Amino acid sequence: MSVSSSYERFFDIPIGPQHPALKEPLFLKLIVEGEHVVAADVDVSYTHRGIERAMQERNYVQNIYLAERICGICNVAHTLCYCQNVEGLYDVEIPSRALYIRVLVEELARIHSHLLWLGVAAHEIGFDTLFMYVWRDREIVMDLIEEVTGNRVTSAINTIGGVRRDVKPETCDKCLKAMDYIEERTKYYKRVCKTDPTIAARCVGVGILKPDEAVRLCAVGPTLRASNVKYDVRADDPYAVHDEVPFNVIVYDTNDSFGRILVRIDEIFESINMVRYCIKHMPSGPVRARLRLNPPVGEHLSRVEAPRGELVHYVKSNGSEKPERYKVRTPTFENLSALCEMLTSKGNYVVNIADVPVVFASIDPCLSCTSRVAILDSERGKIWIGSLEELKRLKR
Amino acid sequence: MAMLPEVFRHIFKKRATLMYPFRDREKIPVPEGLRGKMSFNRELCIGCGLCARFCPSGAAKLVEDDKGKRPIFYIDQCLFCAQCEEVCPRKAITLTREFEVAGFNRSNLVVK
Ligand code: SF4
Ligand code: SF4
Repeated sequence: MSVSSSYERFFDIPIGPQHPALKEPLFLKLIVEGEHVVAADVDVSYTHRGIERAMQERNYVQNIYLAERICGICNVAHTLCYCQNVEGLYDVEIPSRALYIRVLVEELARIHSHLLWLGVAAHEIGFDTLFMYVWRDREIVMDLIEEVTGNRVTSAINTIGGVRRDVKPETCDKCLKAMDYIEERTKYYKRVCKTDPTIAARCVGVGILKPDEAVRLCAVGPTLRASNVKYDVRADDPYAVHDEVPFNVIVYDTNDSFGRILVRIDEIFESINMVRYCIKHMPSGPVRARLRLNPPVGEHLSRVEAPRGELVHYVKSNGSEKPERYKVRTPTFENLSALCEMLTSKGNYVVNIADVPVVFASIDPCLSCTSRVAILDSERGKIWIGSLEELKRLKR
Repeated sequence: MAMLPEVFRHIFKKRATLMYPFRDREKIPVPEGLRGKMSFNRELCIGCGLCARFCPSGAAKLVEDDKGKRPIFYIDQCLFCAQCEEVCPRKAITLTREFEVAGFNRSNLVVK
């Protein structure tokens, strides 16, 4: 990246890929003028695992568990997206109880993901007391997920044709009780975030992303909604039973990191209400439709709203027991270009080096699910991360 | 400053963590349907190989013993996904609630 300047006062500051302030391997190249970041470049290619290729080598059932491992925190979103995708190849109706359980677990996972993020954000700000309290309360949701699905993190609840286990009435009662507690605690955390001077000082006006820029750079999820753009896959392209379960799309018009905190906290409340609705209105019946092992020839694309934003999976089937092509596009990948925008000072808006971790944390990055294809340009001796589209373009 | 009263209240609360693994082992809430280490019943198995075919991580491997084909489970590779339990036509595999499977010797991490 080059920055034109009439005088030579710019410095490159490399941060990462191993750095005490970052939990994940990310390489940030900041170009600074004094304390101010004037340009930023991101490299996320340190955790490329070749999952898409590995999926082509395994059958559809094994791939459920591989898709689950694209991301630990949003594993429910990934299996949901994968299973919807493969079900789309068949012409089949999924039992409605299964869809309710899917939404129930998805929303529980969203609550836990947003609480996790709130803790991480508090930690980046330097507010470790809040971090510990939030993570303690998050354990309650983790225990619920363990109770419903059989495991704390990798839930393995979704399967092709429905869900793998039913929810017991006692578990539902426990869920409702826990939701009351989480709601009360989240109300308290919202009050803390709104009144605490530390959080205000570190977040208000930091990491500005204007609505038109957010749309232009294809930001997704809470990052987009904090820039006052009302877009949520659950509302705009409802899957599972999201057309029946009522909820509000939360938007804030502050355009900054503070807005992103509030969007996520308010989404926790919405998710709590959705969990309650699902438990109260869950129909009885089977939880799984049995499907043939080999899906018909065809291709399908499915989207879900993961906690971090819109997640897209694409599958191409040739009628055999393994997919011919599988493609995943994760929300963090979409948010990276918006991140570079947020890290660029212009006009009155300045980004200090000390703000970088907060801004970076505000998109809720998940890098290991983002790293997709590394392109090596031998002529220019450059490596960068590209999408499938870019790869196709290069091949031509 | 909504934080201060909360912080003071916590001085008198009981601690949220357990002294695992030195104490409090029995206090860990292990739910009913937890997917832990599997148990395998050789008598029921007919050696169809479905468990090995659908195991996502290659932890279930089909071998031959004096009674014919049967799987061996290498739990150091196992994801505890319970797919083998799900596909087994004879219910020879059950995932138990035992979750403490860490060890120093890989050869102990095998279910036969
Ligand atoms: S639980 Fe899953 S990973 Fe473990 S042996 Fe069974 S199928 Fe394989
Ligand atoms: S699926 Fe069941 S019956 Fe078949 S080989 Fe495995 S354990 Fe034996």
